[in-house]
Amino acid sequence: MTSEINPEQYASVPDAQGRFGDYGGKFVAETLMSALAELEALYRRLADDAEFQREFDEDMAHYVGRPSPLYEARRWSDQTGGARIFLKREDLNHTGAHKVNNTVGQALLAKHMGKKRVIAETGAGQHGVASATIAARLGLECHVFMGEEDVRRQALNVYRMKLLGAEVIPVTSGSRTLKDAMNEAMRDWVTNVDDTFYIIGTVAGPHPYPMLVRDFQCVIGREARAQSLAQTGKLPDALVACVGGGSNAIGLFHPFLPDESVAMYGVEAGGHGVETGQHAAPLTAGIPGVLHGNRTYLMQDEDGQIIHTHSVSAGLDYPGVGPEHSWLKDIGRVNYVAANDDEALAAFHKLTRIEGIMPALETAHALAYAEKLAAQMTPDQQIIVNLSGRGDKDILTVAEIDGIEL
Amino acid sequence: MSRIAGRFQALAEQGRKALVTYVVAGDPTPEVTAELLHTLVANGADILELGVPFSDPMSEGPTIQLGHERALDSGMRLRGVLELVRQFRETDKDTPLLLMGYANPVEYMGYAAFADAASEAGVDALLTVDVPPEEVDQVNAQLKRVGMDNIFLIAPTTPDPRLPLIAGQASGFIYYVSLKGVTGAGHLDVDDVRRQVERIRAHTTLPVAVGFGIKDADSAEAVAKVADGVVVGSALVQRVADVLAQGESSEAAITAAGALVQEIRAGIDRTTS
Repeated sequence: MTSEINPEQYASVPDAQGRFGDYGGKFVAETLMSALAELEALYRRLADDAEFQREFDEDMAHYVGRPSPLYEARRWSDQTGGARIFLKREDLNHTGAHKVNNTVGQALLAKHMGKKRVIAETGAGQHGVASATIAARLGLECHVFMGEEDVRRQALNVYRMKLLGAEVIPVTSGSRTLKDAMNEAMRDWVTNVDDTFYIIGTVAGPHPYPMLVRDFQCVIGREARAQSLAQTGKLPDALVACVGGGSNAIGLFHPFLPDESVAMYGVEAGGHGVETGQHAAPLTAGIPGVLHGNRTYLMQDEDGQIIHTHSVSAGLDYPGVGPEHSWLKDIGRVNYVAANDDEALAAFHKLTRIEGIMPALETAHALAYAEKLAAQMTPDQQIIVNLSGRGDKDILTVAEIDGIEL
Repeated sequence: MSRIAGRFQALAEQGRKALVTYVVAGDPTPEVTAELLHTLVANGADILELGVPFSDPMSEGPTIQLGHERALDSGMRLRGVLELVRQFRETDKDTPLLLMGYANPVEYMGYAAFADAASEAGVDALLTVDVPPEEVDQVNAQLKRVGMDNIFLIAPTTPDPRLPLIAGQASGFIYYVSLKGVTGAGHLDVDDVRRQVERIRAHTTLPVAVGFGIKDADSAEAVAKVADGVVVGSALVQRVADVLAQGESSEAAITAAGALVQEIRAGIDRTTS
């Protein structure tokens, strides 16, 4: 199917209605429609504004610490015995994950709109921390919604957010995870829409969020593309990234989409195994539907109710996925696969011991698949894995699974 | 003429305003809802609005969220809601009834299949909270095919240029959301509601019903003075939940809901011209 797509088409989505093929759109209550229109108008103006871009680039360089290195994991590649594996080190960003690229961008938008208060939803807490961080720097009031279950399993990040001055609001409805945090953030936004900017953490939600979050995260792929050419003289043969909502994956993939020689793999959370039904892999085993403002692949039952997901990583524990990924799946440009909890945990330990880099459990899903992929490739081939976040926040979870009391 | 249009016209001829009551289908059980619907009508509801339970009711406040959770726990799903309506229609062929819910259950069933099944069951209209006019073409085509109305929300934040867009897609009546927020929130500013209803009327001849923040006879009376209809939801859902939480029987809860509707009806009828 890929051959039917004109490479220029990748730059033309979403369309004016916010659609990526059949996916995306603006499925929200009427109260929010004018706020979304206002955000879109501002963003379209600023996206082409040299001064805004300069502000963003400056923050990326001096506050976030970009460019992040493209590091060749030689020992791991050697032990795997196939392709050369490179890691795009988003874990070295300020706050320890790719999330900050987006929160810096959206906070600049909030500043231009004169909003005094920002809200965010968070799963693993990385987006919450990145939002609280930029709110502290800009002097904005920050409320972070987090499922009660995630508050428990990501206690370190909860405390980080509090230290940064944010208020963390545990969400007790539904499955008490990321999707419920997003419901609650939407409810807050609809109530306080006049003075509040909603910093959505992933490439989901109503238009224009999937577009603008993608654009802010594309710094990952632009850098990686230039670094690959500079360091190895060629483009990679494959890209691998984990997919929850899908922001680190789209950020890496998007600048490479027109490069037909580059294969792409989005790795979803296989949980206890896709065949068990206990997973968070909507692109692998879901059905299109409407949730959180957009049409996309969802985990749902035969009555259109959203079903509970399972993943060892809070950041991937989400029943939907960004609409652009749904489109890229349907047109066949990106391959979507799954890695189970056990495979991710094994990859977490392996990278830590072999390369001295402790990845986030989310990222470990991408590493688990990359290892399998690399083994089937040859040493003259290259893979870039998005090392989307560092694993410090997951130490307690890993210790608990390993039966170790700290 | 649709049942909804007919009801508003008949009320207008009597100089009366419509009372629209919302409950969640299956909250807390399908049996309670089946009986409750008739009780609401007997105590003065003109139009019934039946919530379709959804796992992620993003626009609802805590009261109605809990209603959705109780309904889902009782096994109620969209197909069950249609079955409830079919039962209701066995003895009530006159009271207009609309479904209010979220896009995904309807989308999953398929718009055409939903329109056929809903109209056959006796549903008069659909209100989908998360489907604004920009996204409504496919569903509206199917609703029109079977003669069902599509009810749209207008909010305080809806700018003037959107009003003709919404009015152009809407039928039955317009539902004005009197507050920025979720269901069951805040306090009502009646002067603001009056100005907003006038703003809407400049773009449509459809009746305008007002919901969000109406809790009792006085707030209902105040709104009925400036609108064509009054929607009561959270107060009703809360009343039923409160009585059941005290360990009383479902009959007692249904009776209490009926009493609240009677009280609100009396408030509205103080405006009869």
